[in-house]
Parts: sequence; C-alpha cells; structure tokens
Amino acid sequence: MSELMQRAERILDGAKGDEKIEVYLSKGVDTEIQAYQGEVENLSSASSSGIGVRILRDSSAGAQVGSAWAGSLDESALIEVLNEARDNARFATEDEFVAFAKPDGVAGTQLALSDALVLSTPLDEKIAMALELEKMVRTGDHRIRQVDAANYSDYVAEAAIVSSEGIRASYERSGAFVSVEAIATDGTTDQTGWGLSAGRSPRELDLSEAAHDAISRATRMLGAVKPASMKGTAVFDPRSTATLLSIIGGALSGEAVVYGRSFFANRIGENVASPLFTLIDDPTDPRHFAASVYDGEGLACRRNVLIQQGRLEAFVYDTVSARRAGTVSTGSAVRGGIAGSPSAGCRALQLAPGEFDQAEIFRRVGNGIFVESLTGVHSGVNPISGDFSVGITGLMIRDGQLAEPVREITVASTLQRMLLDVLYVGSDVEWLPGSAAGQSLAIGGVAVSGS
Amino acid sequence: MGGSNDTLNSMSDTLLAHDVVQRALGEALSRGGEFAEVFVEDRSTSSAMLDQQRVEELSSGRDRGAGIRVVVGETTGFAHTADLSEAGLLSAARAAATVAREGGGGVREVALGTLREHPSNAKILPHEVDKAKKIELLRFADDIARSQGSSITQVQVALGDSVRRFLVANSEGVFASDHQVRTRFNISCVASGDAGMQTGYRPVAGTRGFELLTMEAIEEAARGAAHQAITKLDARPAPSGDLPVVLAGGSGGILFHEACGHGLEADAILKNASVYAGKVGQQVASPLVTLVDDGTVTGEWGYLAIDDEGQPGARNVLIENGVLTDYMWDHLRARKSSRTSSGNGRRQSYQHLPMVRMTNTYLLEGDSDADEIVAQTPRGVYVAQLGGGQVNTATGDFVFGMTAAFLIEDGKITAPLRDCNLIGNGPEILQRVDAVATDFSMTPGTCGKDGQSVPVGTGQATMRLSGVTIGGTAA
Repeated sequence: MSELMQRAERILDGAKGDEKIEVYLSKGVDTEIQAYQGEVENLSSASSSGIGVRILRDSSAGAQVGSAWAGSLDESALIEVLNEARDNARFATEDEFVAFAKPDGVAGTQLALSDALVLSTPLDEKIAMALELEKMVRTGDHRIRQVDAANYSDYVAEAAIVSSEGIRASYERSGAFVSVEAIATDGTTDQTGWGLSAGRSPRELDLSEAAHDAISRATRMLGAVKPASMKGTAVFDPRSTATLLSIIGGALSGEAVVYGRSFFANRIGENVASPLFTLIDDPTDPRHFAASVYDGEGLACRRNVLIQQGRLEAFVYDTVSARRAGTVSTGSAVRGGIAGSPSAGCRALQLAPGEFDQAEIFRRVGNGIFVESLTGVHSGVNPISGDFSVGITGLMIRDGQLAEPVREITVASTLQRMLLDVLYVGSDVEWLPGSAAGQSLAIGGVAVSGS
Repeated sequence: MGGSNDTLNSMSDTLLAHDVVQRALGEALSRGGEFAEVFVEDRSTSSAMLDQQRVEELSSGRDRGAGIRVVVGETTGFAHTADLSEAGLLSAARAAATVAREGGGGVREVALGTLREHPSNAKILPHEVDKAKKIELLRFADDIARSQGSSITQVQVALGDSVRRFLVANSEGVFASDHQVRTRFNISCVASGDAGMQTGYRPVAGTRGFELLTMEAIEEAARGAAHQAITKLDARPAPSGDLPVVLAGGSGGILFHEACGHGLEADAILKNASVYAGKVGQQVASPLVTLVDDGTVTGEWGYLAIDDEGQPGARNVLIENGVLTDYMWDHLRARKSSRTSSGNGRRQSYQHLPMVRMTNTYLLEGDSDADEIVAQTPRGVYVAQLGGGQVNTATGDFVFGMTAAFLIEDGKITAPLRDCNLIGNGPEILQRVDAVATDFSMTPGTCGKDGQSVPVGTGQATMRLSGVTIGGTAA
C-alpha cells in the first residue's frame, strides 16, 4: 500500500457519528524550462501536495455534502479541512440522490502510466532539450524570425482516493512535454505556428517533429489573406478536431443531460450524427495521454461507446448524476484537482478511424477550407444551444489540394448540424494531450465569414 | 479558511518574520544571483452554488506557500513550497538558486526596512458572513430569475470569495504586503422554447467585501440574465460578413483588452512578438481612442494597492488620442529596459512566476450620445454583452464573442441574434472606432495568459466600429 493511501485511510478514522468521508490526496513534482535565444529564460522546479475532503451526512430526506481543501498535507491543514467540510455539509440541501460512490466490482485495467525516467533524467539533459528545440526552430528555416518560447516540462503525480464506502484507489502518472511557438515573417507580416510532442517520459519526445510542425505551420501561413465569405466544406486538422470533440464530449456529460443543459437530452437512440461518426470515451486505452485506471471517485474507468455510427447510445455518468438519471455510474467522474468536486465528464475521447488519410480527404472534398487552428472557442461555442462560431486560420483547398493561406475569418454552424454534416473521418489518429485524440474531420455546409 | 476564528487571527499576523525573509533572500543570492525575490501568500477561498434550486455543495479552501525567484543574466530560477518553516524556505531558495551555475560564494546579506502594509478596504469580510445568509442570497437570485418567465428552465447561481494576503520582499529593498478581498456572484439561466435552449449570464464582482452584494445588485443581475435567455429564444442566426457594430457601454472593454491590451504587454514587446513593438509615438488608433490601464480604481475587479512584485498600482495611459504612449511593465521587463515597473507584475499564486498583466483596462469617454450613435447607424449589429475573446499578439488577429446582440435596422435596435464570434485585426480595428459616447461602465472578467488566470476589469462607453467581420451563418 502506498504511503499516500495509508495517510488517506488514517483520515477516515476521524469520522464523527455516522457521517461518511471521502478523501482525495495528491502529491507531485514538476519541472518547467523555457529557452529563448540560446539561453534558459526560466527554470522552475517544485513539489506540491494537497488534500480535498468531502463529508456526507445522511438525513431523513436524503443526504447533505460539504467540501473543503488545502494545498498542503500538514496535520493542522488536515484538521481545518475536516472541520470546514463538516460545517459546510450542514448548509447543503437534503437530496435523495446525493451519495458517494460504492465499489461496483469492476476491476481497474492495469496500465503503465508512470515512467521512472522523468525523475532519473538529469536536469541538464532536460535543459539541453529545451535549448536544442529552440535552436532547431530558430535555425530551421530562414523565414523564421524568432522563437517566442520553447518549453520543456514534466511531472510525476501520485493520488489516492479513499472513502467510508470502501473506495480504495491510488495511482501514479507521469508526463513529459515539449512545445514551441515560431514566428515567421515574409518581411511585411508575421505568422505563428505551434509544435508539440508529448509522452510519459522525456525519451518519448520527438524534438524534430515538434520543430518541424512549428516551422511548417508558421511558414505556410505567410501571405495569408482574408477570403470572401462563402458556404462550403471545412476539413479540421487533428488538433482542431480534438478541440471539437472535447466540446461535444461536454454535451454528452450525464450531468449536463439530467440538468437539461445539453442539446443531446432525451435523444438516446436517435441518429444525431452522420453514420461515419462513432465516438468512444475510453480511458483504458493506454495510447491515450489521459488514460487512467480510476475515475475521480475511485471507480474503475471503462470504455463507453457514446455515439455508434451516428446513433446516440449513451452518456457518461458519475455517481450522483447517474442516480438522478436512474442508472449507475459509468466510471466517468472527473475532478479538477483537490479543489474540485467530482462531476461527470469524458476523459479520453476518440473517433473510430475512417477510411482515408488527410491527402485523400482533400482530394475527395475538392474545394473547401482547411482549418489549422481555432480561436475564441470559449467565447463562440455555446454547448447548451449548440451555436458554433470560431475564428480560424488555415488554407484553402482547391482542386483537391492545399492552396493559399487564409486568416481573420470565422467558421460557423451549429454543433447539431455539424455532427450530421460529417463527410469524412480521417484514418490519421493523433494522440494528443487533453481529453480527446485528434484526426482529420471533414464537415460540410459551414458558413465561412470573411470579407 | 472561512468561518473559523483561528484563521482570522493567523491572517492578521505577519505572514513571515522579517529576519527569516532576509535569510531566505540571502540564501537565494548565495550562488551569485543578481536579483532575488521572496513571495509569501496565504489565500482562503469559499464558494457556494445553487443549482436546480438545490444548494449543491459549499466548499472552502486554503492555500499557503512561498515562491522564490533568482535572476542571473537572462535566466530566472524559480521554486515554490508549501512549507513555510525556515528550513522549507531555505530549501526553496537553494532550488531557485541552482540557475546561478558559477557560484558566487557565501551568503549575501540583504537588509530590509520596515514592512509597507496595505490593509484591505473591504467593509464586510466574506468569512464573517453567516453561511446561511449567503444561501439566502442565492435563493433570492433564483426566485427573481424564475419569476421572469415560465420559459426559464434552469438557473445556476454561484457565490465565491477570496481573502488573499501576501508579502513580497526582494534584494532591491522592496518589502511590502497586501490584503486583497474579492467577492463574486454570478447567475446563469437557460430558457427553453420551440427552437431549442438559450442562455443568459450576469456577473457581479469586485475587489470588495460582502457589501458588494446588495439585494439591488443581485436582483438586477438575476433579471438581466433571465431576460437575456428569454430574449434569445426568438433570436435569428447572426449575419455573416462585415457590418458596423455598436458596443453597449461596459460590454466592449474586452475588445481593447484583446485588440491591443495583450499586445502592449512588455514581455511580448521585448520579444518582438507583438504588432505594436516599436510603435511608441505613432498613431495606432482612431483619435477617439484614449486607452488606460489602471490598477488604482478602488473596488473594481482588477484593483490592486500593490502588484504581486510590491510595486504600487498605477494609472497608465497606453494610447492617447490614438497615439501609442507606453507599454505595460513588470519588474523583470522594466529592469531589462532600465526603467521602472508600471505596476503590472501579477501572478496567479505563489506557485507561479509573475509576468506582465493588465489590471482595469478602459477606454475614456467620448462626447457622443449613446442613443444617437444607434440612430445614426442605418444597418449593423448592436452588442449588449460580450462573452470573452482571444488574441494572437504576433499577428494582431483576435476574436471576441457576443452573448447578447441585436440587429440594427434603420437606426433602430430590432431582432435578437444568436451567439457568435466577431473577428478582426487589432491595428485595423483600432482605426475603425468612429464614435464614443458618455455612458461609461465596467465589467469584471478573468484573463488567462500562459496558463495563469488573474481578475481584470474592462470598461468603455457605448461606441461604434465602422466595420467588423461577424461570424454568423446568415447571408
């Protein structure tokens, strides 16, 4: 048993009367390095830990829950957190659906999510990677004016979730990332491009891939113009598709559905998307960066098919939203660190791969717009109404091939419409950090606003 | 942590003893650093949410720790720790000092003067307010919102407050502390109709105590959010293409935050990663544009007595009558340029490095009449509320979203429009400001940059842009 788990279990002994306690402990170390013009600009290293506690009181009309957290594992912080959570519980509405997760017999999938190399790699090697990446981009193409930032970062995190209901979950995970932003110029205007590489340890990182990505994305945007407004087909690149899938995943949260805040509510069994569209949330797939053995309540993560060939099959639930909906948790509780309470959400989305690679999709689409990056997603997409309008940069597709770069335009539709208008799903799966993997996705009938 | 007296007592004490801070600074410089800083923070937060008329969960949190940075040449070393014992601080100081590779030999003495303290101006500290009273306010807001119409099907009301005390000391003699109290309320409504669901949202937030949340303020927000959602049930798709846009007073400050605010932050300028680099003294905007970033607006969401590097908040004119006058600066960037910081060095918490951030950014009033501006717009879009935005400082391209908007036809505000983004290029849009009215007001917001969030205010009076690309779907 891990030391963190033992500590968490001891806290459960502090329960008063018949109250129930859930304890979430976390601990981690991380390193961040930024390189700029051949030198280390910032170097930070830190260890952090924290505790989140929820206390549940049963009453005649249901249960009440209160929570508290602290950014330390000190004894004094611990006592304060327990007292405060207990006090907060008194003010919650008595609710028959409120409960902690109970062990449901589903075993966690064994996954290797932590690599000892994160800790054993000397700091100097990590610094060298950031410097090398910066140099590769700065010197990789004469049109690159400079590198805004070249970053290396890594972490190892450990967590334990235990509760009076018998939940005992603990895990360790690690990650290593490099990212770089290049600024290219043609003498009159500048364009930018991002590159990244991610893995569970530094050895999985591919610097040249990240560098090449940043350079080509920045340079191929040079000379970008604002095209005329039109209606047509947009081909989203894998990174943009991943963003799109995360938004759709939000509307598939059982919590959004039971609260009537999803356009998918009451539509199970309906064809909500093109038959080409099969969307799965599968945190047990180790290829996904967000893969996880346990969910935010300590239940085993599992594979959930949400949309099968266009048909809406299921939503993801945590314990409380499942009880409200009259079903059981799908092992899909997510929580935003120690300060966040569990809620239902997708963790590791992926689309069933389609038949064609990106080049073939361009050929089949013929004419349209290739969407390389999205901006204003938080301000222009409403996951409740489904209204969708985002700023994009990209390239025109003409006669089945990439043509001139375009900027300062928006792509708009509604999420409901876009799902039905999916024309092609790429075979080019890209495993990205975040809650969704990416692949090329062609969607017809979008409005492009330009000049 | 809210509610406990122990907390109150410990919060009023000095966060860390004078001599411990001095020794930590000395240790940080012991390997030859040129500049060192110790930042100690103690933050208590509490939140409550009413969703579907149920008080879902009250939460309280406490975060205490120190961040230490050391600057050597072009390099900054940084470490943070939640261990505020002397041993914990010295260990963080050594970690931050590892960037000084040559080794400077021996502990350096740093002498700090008297602590400059800045007490909070909050009248009612949030953690002294009975939790039952907070819930009463949530229920009151819910009742008001639901009584606005039977189409209101969902109401979510949230209340949050934070009491943040910090102490900052550096090797140049800065030794100051601040006590920031912030209170925030927001309400989100969903209205349902034949054509689907629509949403409405209103925040009330300030660097104030609980006195901010008067019944009047909450009632106005609840009504506003409900009406916004109900009105949008009849909304038609927004136009696609270039049209004149009138931004209602208070709603449009985010435009300047994105169109030029981020591009005027000295970190982007010094890296030559902003379209505004090298343009001081040049006409970068319409003569109607005088833009100010002002940390001194008492009570506003972006108010600060001192910034997170100990520099007093200041009123900085960035653009005057269309001419770029200055950028915003933090300590590090100012030091590189041999000038003083403008009081814009901010950090999300002790776990983050400070960088150049805005405070309250606003456009000064003009002399037009708000109604006249609409009346003199034959066809366009009237934006009553903006919902956020994003900018690429290197290209100047930015977007901002409208969450409450209407068509203007024949000089009159007519049909409501569905949500969409507007897109433009900063330097071009700034030239297109062709009318500014006198009905100035401000809006609170959260600004994200490089993974750090800080509270900011934005403000302006009703104004018009002669043309912006509207990202809707209607021809």
